[in-house]
Amino acid sequence: MSILKRLTEPKSLETMSPLGAVLVYGGLIVWSLVVLFPLYWIVITSLKLPIHVSAGPVYLPFIDFLPSLHAWEYIFVDLGNDTLRPYMNSIVVAFVSTALAMLIGSMAAYALSRLEFAPKFGSILLFILLGALMIVAVAGFGVPWWIAAVVALALFLLLARAAGRTMRASLGNGDILFWIISQRILPPVVAALPIYVMFQTIGLLDTRTALIATYTTVNLPIVVWLMYDFFVTIPKDLEESASLDGASRFAIFFGIVLPLARPGLVATSLLVLILAWNEYLLALFLSSANAQTMPVLVAAQNATRGPQWWYMSVLILLMILPVIFLTLLLQRFIAKGMLLGAVKG
Amino acid sequence: MAMTPSATERMVAAPPERESLQDWMDRQAGRMFILPAVILILGFSIFPLIASAYLALSRFKLAPGGYTLSYIGFLNFKKMFTGSQQFHLLGTFGTVSLLGWTIMGATIALFVWFFAHYVRHQRVTVVGLIGRTITAVTAIALSVLVATNLTDAGQLGTIGVTLFYVVCGVALQFAIGLGLALLCAKPIRGRSFFRVLFFVPLMVTPVGIAYTFRMLADTAVGPFAPLWHWLGYAQTSWSADAWSARFVVLIGDSWQWIPFIFIVLLAAVESQPRDEVEAAQLDGASGWQIFRDITWPSIAPVAATVVLIRTIEAFKIIDLPNVLTNGGPGIATESLTLHAFIEWRALNLGGSAAVAYVLLFLATITCVSFFNFVVKPMRGART
Repeated sequence: MSILKRLTEPKSLETMSPLGAVLVYGGLIVWSLVVLFPLYWIVITSLKLPIHVSAGPVYLPFIDFLPSLHAWEYIFVDLGNDTLRPYMNSIVVAFVSTALAMLIGSMAAYALSRLEFAPKFGSILLFILLGALMIVAVAGFGVPWWIAAVVALALFLLLARAAGRTMRASLGNGDILFWIISQRILPPVVAALPIYVMFQTIGLLDTRTALIATYTTVNLPIVVWLMYDFFVTIPKDLEESASLDGASRFAIFFGIVLPLARPGLVATSLLVLILAWNEYLLALFLSSANAQTMPVLVAAQNATRGPQWWYMSVLILLMILPVIFLTLLLQRFIAKGMLLGAVKG
Repeated sequence: MAMTPSATERMVAAPPERESLQDWMDRQAGRMFILPAVILILGFSIFPLIASAYLALSRFKLAPGGYTLSYIGFLNFKKMFTGSQQFHLLGTFGTVSLLGWTIMGATIALFVWFFAHYVRHQRVTVVGLIGRTITAVTAIALSVLVATNLTDAGQLGTIGVTLFYVVCGVALQFAIGLGLALLCAKPIRGRSFFRVLFFVPLMVTPVGIAYTFRMLADTAVGPFAPLWHWLGYAQTSWSADAWSARFVVLIGDSWQWIPFIFIVLLAAVESQPRDEVEAAQLDGASGWQIFRDITWPSIAPVAATVVLIRTIEAFKIIDLPNVLTNGGPGIATESLTLHAFIEWRALNLGGSAAVAYVLLFLATITCVSFFNFVVKPMRGART
């Protein structure tokens, strides 16, 4: 709170010279135009008839040209279902995957911020070895994937017990955190092909489930990364006293810690939601007709007669509006959340 | 209701002989908290990583009733670096121009200084030396590649194009983002309005941005058509020239990502020590002096982190070049991700995986180097 208060307080010492004020406001207004103009152009293009677009630029509705709702009508009425399905897909996939990523990610971030982990180096090597063997068995020898998975898991559990006693070297929390974060460096295109094959094998290709699972995982590192910083700043006293009163870890986490971390939760989930809502490459790989999301639909608008700007503008606006609405609603939290994250560095 | 008395009893009574389910769950809570995340990440990135490696080393062929994968060793990579695909990934080479010599010279000088600084000021370790050597070799190799591409006869390959997006894009976005953050931190009217407004582009889908910028950049019917006409460019198209097409992609990408850098740096600028700034102002320090001596040192760690995050994301660019130019003219705007995607669409899955692996190595070496040699020292310097 004190930070916010300090920000909103008028700064009496700083008075700008007239020239300085002109420069500052000039800069701000120029950038406002840079931000607003493309958006303005989308809005008026969505109200133009084809003739208004192809004959040369017109700028002002009712003065330069007569606005028409034909594009909106086409998208909503004529193409009703073709628009609605990707829209519903986008909503379901973005919201469910964000919720899952927030839940799983903040649980992991909390555990990493409060407890000591020491995974044995030997077990990790063993796990990777068995994973590679499993892939070779499935791809090279045609073993059904679920048999290979069960055998590999059983072998791992058996051998990990034996190997764990002999190899003492282990990793720490910092290593786990860095490993999770490093997954964000992995370009999605590296993983896209095998994920495609994976979903094809288990028959989930072109379903929302596949997209939800993928987006959840891709955005997990961001959640863990940001939420870890928030949990570290929350004092431990409350949790300790609750623990003395007999509350379980789960009760402490869901009852005390999560409510305290609300600004962070809101800021992080908004960021993750935007990322999931706008994601393009993985949707392109993993969906064709049923699970198609809005970015793929928008990108596919390059018809043979050349792009039909008026329809496209409607679709783009349909994609932007809900996110802008949400952001305005939660704007208070974002400033606060970003602030906390940044102060931590 | 039946649960409550027994739970109270257990808490009051001596420890039970057999561990209850609740106690067991509590003891295992840490593992349960972290396991879902670890399993998901293992399933969706480690396994695909191994499978991708296997794919990169084999030839994919459609066969009756499915497909076959045959192991061919490093043939896919060899083809990209020396064979028929070479110009696509590495570009075409020419004799090095003055600009090329400058780039190479600057890179080599930078790394000579880098090693000298390391040997003189830090404890030299084997790991540290190996890490720095990998960084230096990669950077110098890339600078040689770019230098030989940037000639009359030369042309950037997809590695060069990706580097252009990453290096020029991040630099441009950082400069404008920092400028805006400094402007918005001034005591002005309507500050929160500008703040929310400047945040908006981040929320627009990149695909939408790509189409919007295609509209805006149209020299015949776009909003700036009169301007192009006046300048005599009405008949030419930016999408036919390699560099202008690259710059349009860069501008679209920057329009989207400047807000991200802006909002994080704004938060950092506003949390700088106010009393120091005020004291400096009373002493009559100029704006530039305040920035250099107070603001920059206090925001440098955040700046380094945000540049790192942005670099990580910049390596993966695909939406904009794909929609805006389809990678063209030729391959002039094709990023590595788009390259891999086009190979995949042509059913050259082995080649696609190999391109993806080149991107992975490049991104990993760059990001880990930046983290170790820039972000870490800057964080350390503050505390």
